Amino acid sequence: MKTLSRIIVSLFVIVDVYFLGKILLGGENIQVLNPKGIIALQEREVAYVAVFLMLVIVIPVFIWAFYVGTTYHEGNKWAKYTPEWDHSTKLQAFIWAFPIAIICILCVLVWKTAHRLDPSDAIASTQKTMTIQVVATRWKWIFIYPDQHIATVNLLEIPENTPVHFMLSASDTPMNSFWIPQLGGQIYAMSGMATQTYLMANGVGTYRGANSEINGAGYAQMTFTVNSVTQNDFTNWVARVKQSATPTLDLNTFNKLAQPSQNNPVAYYSSTQDNLFTTIVTKYLAPGKGMEGM
Amino acid sequence: MEQFILGRLTWSSLPHEWFTLGGTVAFATILIGLTIFLTRVKRWKWLWNEWLTSTDPKKIGIMYIIIAFLMFLRGGLDVVMIWLQQTIGTTSSPGYLGATHGYLSADHFQQIFTAHGDIMVFFVTMGFLFGLINLIVPLQIGARDLAFPFLNSLGFWLYFAGVVLINMFFVLGGEFAAAGWLAVAPLSELQFNPGVGVDYWIWSLQVSGLGTLIGGINFVVTILKMRAPGMSLMRMPMFTWASLMGMILVISIFPILAMTMILLTLDRYLGMHFFTLDNGGNAMMYWNLIWMWGHPEVYVLIIPVFGIYSEIVSTFAQKKIFGYTSLVVAVGAITLLSFSVWLHHFFTMGAGADVNAFFGIMTMWIAIPTGVQIINWLFTMFRGKIIFKSPIYWFFGFVSTFTFGGMAGLLMALPPVDFQVHNSLFLVAHFHTMIVGGALFGIFAGFTYWFPKVFGFKLHERIGKYAFWTWLVGFFLSFVPLYILGMMGAVRRMDTYSPSLGWQQLFTVSLIGACVIMCAVGLQILQLVVSIIQRKQNRDLTGDPWNGRSLEWATASPPPFYNFAVIPQVHSRDAFWEMKNPKGISSSEVAKQKKTSIKYEDIELPKNTPMGIYLSGFIFLFGLAMVWHAWLFAIIGLVGAICCVILRTFDEHTEYVLTAAEVEQIEKKLRAKS
Amino acid sequence: MIHHQNHQEAITNDKTIFGFWVYLMTDLLMFGVLFATYSVLHGNIFNGPSGKEIFDLPFALTETIILLTSSFTAGLAIWALRNNNKNQVLLWFGITFLLGLSFLVLELTEFHKLVLEGDSWRRSAFLSSYFSLVSTHGLHITAGLFWMLISLIKVKSQGITPGLARKLTLLSLFWHFLDIVWIFIFTVVYLMGAI
Repeated sequence: MKTLSRIIVSLFVIVDVYFLGKILLGGENIQVLNPKGIIALQEREVAYVAVFLMLVIVIPVFIWAFYVGTTYHEGNKWAKYTPEWDHSTKLQAFIWAFPIAIICILCVLVWKTAHRLDPSDAIASTQKTMTIQVVATRWKWIFIYPDQHIATVNLLEIPENTPVHFMLSASDTPMNSFWIPQLGGQIYAMSGMATQTYLMANGVGTYRGANSEINGAGYAQMTFTVNSVTQNDFTNWVARVKQSATPTLDLNTFNKLAQPSQNNPVAYYSSTQDNLFTTIVTKYLAPGKGMEGM
Repeated sequence: MEQFILGRLTWSSLPHEWFTLGGTVAFATILIGLTIFLTRVKRWKWLWNEWLTSTDPKKIGIMYIIIAFLMFLRGGLDVVMIWLQQTIGTTSSPGYLGATHGYLSADHFQQIFTAHGDIMVFFVTMGFLFGLINLIVPLQIGARDLAFPFLNSLGFWLYFAGVVLINMFFVLGGEFAAAGWLAVAPLSELQFNPGVGVDYWIWSLQVSGLGTLIGGINFVVTILKMRAPGMSLMRMPMFTWASLMGMILVISIFPILAMTMILLTLDRYLGMHFFTLDNGGNAMMYWNLIWMWGHPEVYVLIIPVFGIYSEIVSTFAQKKIFGYTSLVVAVGAITLLSFSVWLHHFFTMGAGADVNAFFGIMTMWIAIPTGVQIINWLFTMFRGKIIFKSPIYWFFGFVSTFTFGGMAGLLMALPPVDFQVHNSLFLVAHFHTMIVGGALFGIFAGFTYWFPKVFGFKLHERIGKYAFWTWLVGFFLSFVPLYILGMMGAVRRMDTYSPSLGWQQLFTVSLIGACVIMCAVGLQILQLVVSIIQRKQNRDLTGDPWNGRSLEWATASPPPFYNFAVIPQVHSRDAFWEMKNPKGISSSEVAKQKKTSIKYEDIELPKNTPMGIYLSGFIFLFGLAMVWHAWLFAIIGLVGAICCVILRTFDEHTEYVLTAAEVEQIEKKLRAKS
Repeated sequence: MIHHQNHQEAITNDKTIFGFWVYLMTDLLMFGVLFATYSVLHGNIFNGPSGKEIFDLPFALTETIILLTSSFTAGLAIWALRNNNKNQVLLWFGITFLLGLSFLVLELTEFHKLVLEGDSWRRSAFLSSYFSLVSTHGLHITAGLFWMLISLIKVKSQGITPGLARKLTLLSLFWHFLDIVWIFIFTVVYLMGAI
């Protein structure tokens, strides 16, 4: 039995080292902890501060639990035994005050960071913010560039160090969640509604985007690629798409595209109908009604 | 006409896929096996009279626990299927058994994790807790039964009907809901899920939910109205307090679930537009409603378990529970606060910073009473004399795992952090840590602790310890990879992913962990079998195997069906401890007092009744018929149920009298045995 | 023996009536969900009518007065119960039953008119929430009427036993509860909708 427990304990230690190694040395792979975007970076900072604050309580409690468990077991003849001691007002006040204090600090953190990192807050930058409209359909992402009048499917090309204002909606699909782990937090894209978020990539790179809210059979395949390129490369890319022999994304083409399909390859649209996004968002309103209540 | 009778049933509704055939064969084998066994040992009448029609909460409690355990095996099987698919089903892997990648199609995979969630929450954890409360709380408060014995039986049979309904799709229909355990709208609307899957979800949960609500009302009234004389609220054992709080939550939230499911039903059956995409429906309303139920629900799962830990810590540390008032306040605070946090389940829906911050703050606050409880338990052990039996092992397992899961939860209470981990495997790891490390470990601890009281013999201690360590290692192996995977950007509910992401390794480790957990469960089953075989050696003859402090230990093990021959008079907290160690009286006096003649009185007890079974049977028929739109049978079920209710109200003779002489005889026999 | 029986009856009364109050609170919560849903969705009229266009205030007021009166007569019935007056119990509960029935008939007439106009529950979220809130109340009234009928049959055949007296008390509680819910419906749905 002793050998078996020794094996189990060593296995436990080995596995611990493996896990720690994965986290600490995982590098790029641990996307949430290795952000490439300004929002994700700030979100990570918040997490670190919070973890530190929590450890202020958790570590003493663990030490206390370890001490109590090892000292006051039945076999220890030297440990004091006070079976009737069941309350102490001073101690109880401390037991409440200690967690309350830490939680209060955390609550301040909640308030401040929830406001500071509100998705609908613009990112301050010397660069002008660009807009991209995101429409989730089953089971692909359509990205409309309203200022450039082009559109793509499952490919998001953005210039580095430029704030991007995303406006998100969906068409004939249950709820979706737009998430690029390395750039920043996710936001839902819902039919008949428009949400918004701001993200910015800190450099050149290729990132992975996904949908994290189940919406049917093709859900797991609803991933997209994010290419962050230099400003020049971006301008060139836009020009190339505009000149490519690809169709226009108007309402008809969109409706056909929005039909359920999985594993859509990257596609391009050299021009887009004006106000396509607004049309998509308001399509569930009663005929004759505008965007009031949006 | 055929439509009216059979609804949308067709020949293809019968099992014809590998898993529906497998499931049907499994159920058929079990049923046939059981039938043969019962016929061989000639126990049909005994089963009917002693167990199925019983209104004794001890019997009903055992039945709850047996069914909960069977559903645990089913839910566990779902888990292994999920893990296997996630390990082998990368986008570059071939497809088996009709799937594109791995061996489960995306739709099938989604049905499995939906079923897994619903089964584990509704039928395993709640089933077990309802069983435990039935068994222990009446004994702890010095009562003979619950306030409404018939409703207790009805509640169990409705739960059982729900169990059958949620497993029914194997036999009829082959499709369960594929919209997550909460069947969120608009995914669960007709537009996206017109089949019977979501309907099975609705009706199995409605039927068992009705049973849960009835049980909740029953427990609340029992605890508030039927305590032994002298047991004021502040003298109740902690498990009773925790059960009271948990049940107050149940009666507050299950009406919300019931009505939300009704609204979804109205959308699906009558073309209404509560949560549809068109005609003014508002799907976000579903999210708010379902989580208004859903969040307090997870506290229903954990609060009674906090009560279990309180009992175990105090008994095994051989010391009074430290900070009783604080613990009561803490449990009450958690109960109240649990109503104010629901939006943290969808911070990412864009409600705005003020709203998100409010709910984040309220979520943070719940950590305070939880932490206070843990510290008080540790102070109970401080300067105690801890007996390290397996319940205490489970407690320390809980402290270590629950704390980390709680930290993960607090992290997610910060909206900006939640934006990065919402709906990822990090979230999945968090709530499993809470439910497995918190609730399940506590259930195992409570099971071991109260087993001798219920069955009259102890469980094998050493195998129990092995099972604990195996569980702990398996749990660790299974869920730490999920935390890491979440931080790597892996979303939940994924049936496939690109192998180039490097996730497969961690999924494999997780799968190994799942296998270790399977071994742990195997050890627990072994423990049960060995304990039954060795029961004569481990008999509990005193009724008090752990030197307990509350009234349930004042009865024989197992207790007579009337619990107490004479309802005890309570003078303080830890009522039984005071009875054993009364202040100012020597132990010989105590023994003499015990021997002096006890005055027995007639006891009124509820009769057995089959009406709970019949009523639930009709409601089951109604539910199943509604799934299939078989309106004729739905009407039969509904009318039959109403007739049962009316018939029951005409039944004047629902109780019988056990004479004082009979009580005395039984008591004499019990004392002769010990 | 009688003392023991009375004691047992008292205990049963106490816990049963308390349990029934607890049940009424859960029922109130169910209505709460319907009210919350109605508040959120009553503006979503899509291309259908709004409350102002379909609510007939005098009609709703008539229904309200009928229901309030029925509550009053139910109260009289319980008073007769306390006085052990079997005939009066039958009389007043009988009137309550008729009033409740007329309420239902009026409500169904209103629904029928709306459906014929094409403004059924399928038309918009507003109409869905209106119909479900009012119908849920109506279904409760129906259940209450059934309960009343059976209770009256029992009173006629067995007379007033302690068990039956207890159940009639519960029935009256149920009836008053439904009355209170209706006041809320009248206020939130009809009055506020017509403004």
